[in-house]
Amino acid sequence: MSNTTSRFTWCASCVETFIEVSKKIFEVSLISKALVKSTVKELLKLASVELPSDVKKALMDAYEREVEAVPKMQLKAILDNIGLAEKTGIPMCQDTGIHIVYVKLGDVEVEGLEDAIKEGVAEATATIPLRPNAVHPISRKNPGTNVGLNMPYIHVERIYGSFLEITVLPKGFGAENMSALAMLTPADGLKGVKEFILQTVVKAGGKPCPPGILGIGIGGTADVAMKLAKEALLRPLGSRNPDPEVARLEEELLEALNSLGIGPMGLGGKTTLLGVNIEVAYTHTAGLPVAVNYQCWAARRASAKIYPDGRVEYTSHKKIEGS
Amino acid sequence: MAEYKLSTPLDEKTVRGLSVGDVVYLTGTIYTARDEAHIHILEDLRKGHEAKVPLKGSVIYHCGPILKREDGGWRVLAAGPTTSTRMSTLESEFIEKMGIRGIIGKGGMSKQVGEALMKHGAVYFSFTGGAAVLASNGIRSVKGVYYEDLGMAEAVWVLEVEEFGPLIVGMDAKGNSLYEKINSEVERNILKVKQRLNI
Repeated sequence: MSNTTSRFTWCASCVETFIEVSKKIFEVSLISKALVKSTVKELLKLASVELPSDVKKALMDAYEREVEAVPKMQLKAILDNIGLAEKTGIPMCQDTGIHIVYVKLGDVEVEGLEDAIKEGVAEATATIPLRPNAVHPISRKNPGTNVGLNMPYIHVERIYGSFLEITVLPKGFGAENMSALAMLTPADGLKGVKEFILQTVVKAGGKPCPPGILGIGIGGTADVAMKLAKEALLRPLGSRNPDPEVARLEEELLEALNSLGIGPMGLGGKTTLLGVNIEVAYTHTAGLPVAVNYQCWAARRASAKIYPDGRVEYTSHKKIEGS
Repeated sequence: MAEYKLSTPLDEKTVRGLSVGDVVYLTGTIYTARDEAHIHILEDLRKGHEAKVPLKGSVIYHCGPILKREDGGWRVLAAGPTTSTRMSTLESEFIEKMGIRGIIGKGGMSKQVGEALMKHGAVYFSFTGGAAVLASNGIRSVKGVYYEDLGMAEAVWVLEVEEFGPLIVGMDAKGNSLYEKINSEVERNILKVKQRLNI
């Protein structure tokens, strides 16, 4: 068999065409490192300077709702600040956060994804500028770039579709420090879940810069519940969990917790929370993990889709491509 | 709820006259000081060294700003307050030894700090958390920096401010705390909230 020649032979022009076509497919579907990097920089700029419209609207509604002088003054300062940040292009809060990046990877080739994101964060830190927050947890040494071991932290999810989606969620630590996890028992049940969330909000008081958003993860394992709690913050305000029972719990908690009277900045008032978003995962029959991730009023997030032909579509902010 | 326009340094009489809920706009000099600045200044004093930063009668600001180098100097871009409770364990000693008359921050401080404010004649001003551009709007210039080696967020920045605010007196020198008042209201509301949640 080995010395028999194949009956099928490649003609020279066939080979050439094959190479050309392969090259084209390869070129078209490869998203360059430079494009990912520049998109990450732009996303961080958009996120730190301008709030998504759902958050802005919720803050304006809260201002209208408050009647007492102190909470009204707090919300006025927040709204004035948002306006000034947009006008000047300066980050709305000096705590420009720690960088958690969510990537949805479709059927596309991406060149040096992790390096591109890290370099984008470092360049954004220098040029916007962002406050260099990332330090080694033990030595507390600060490289000044917001980049270090496992930071920015990148979540990658494989999806169907011919694009790469990047979402940045820069989060300040006043609010992040109020995060909490409880490994409840099945006997604690839904009552235990509500009790734990209530305690977490009361304990946090004015520290996480309310009015904020509660991201809640119920079920899974300790790590999954925490991951879901933060991912819940990616969902716009006013959207509800598709499961009607979970959606009801979101509404019930929002209404009840706002009657605590903690108010904007913990100085009293009707608005402690702008929203409650819950994500759920099946858990072990022996447990009931609940995680809370508290988001301050400066709920910064920005997303963009990058297509293999080089187009970038900013989905969270009104931004014209190429500007 | 009265409104005041005050200038630094603050004197004891003015400070003791302020009440929780009063609104204050500050003009003069304020010093940023957060976790590391408190630790280092107190360490220097405990070692018997003189304090590097002259803070008598002054106002400190719990803030880690973002600054930009400009024309050989510094410009403050964003400078909202940080959570004050982190400094609670150090602040009583700081008030006593450094002779400060005011603290600007967010979220309030411990009962012990409240007692130190009363004993030594100082107040705690609340500034809206995250309102960093509004804050920098009230900052005219950066006059200097101490402990620059601690990094941008932790260094002590000397800021010249004009009508910096609105600041709300959150804890006064008479032993009152707006935070404590709200906290006890929240405690009272918990029962009602539990009923609503059916727990």
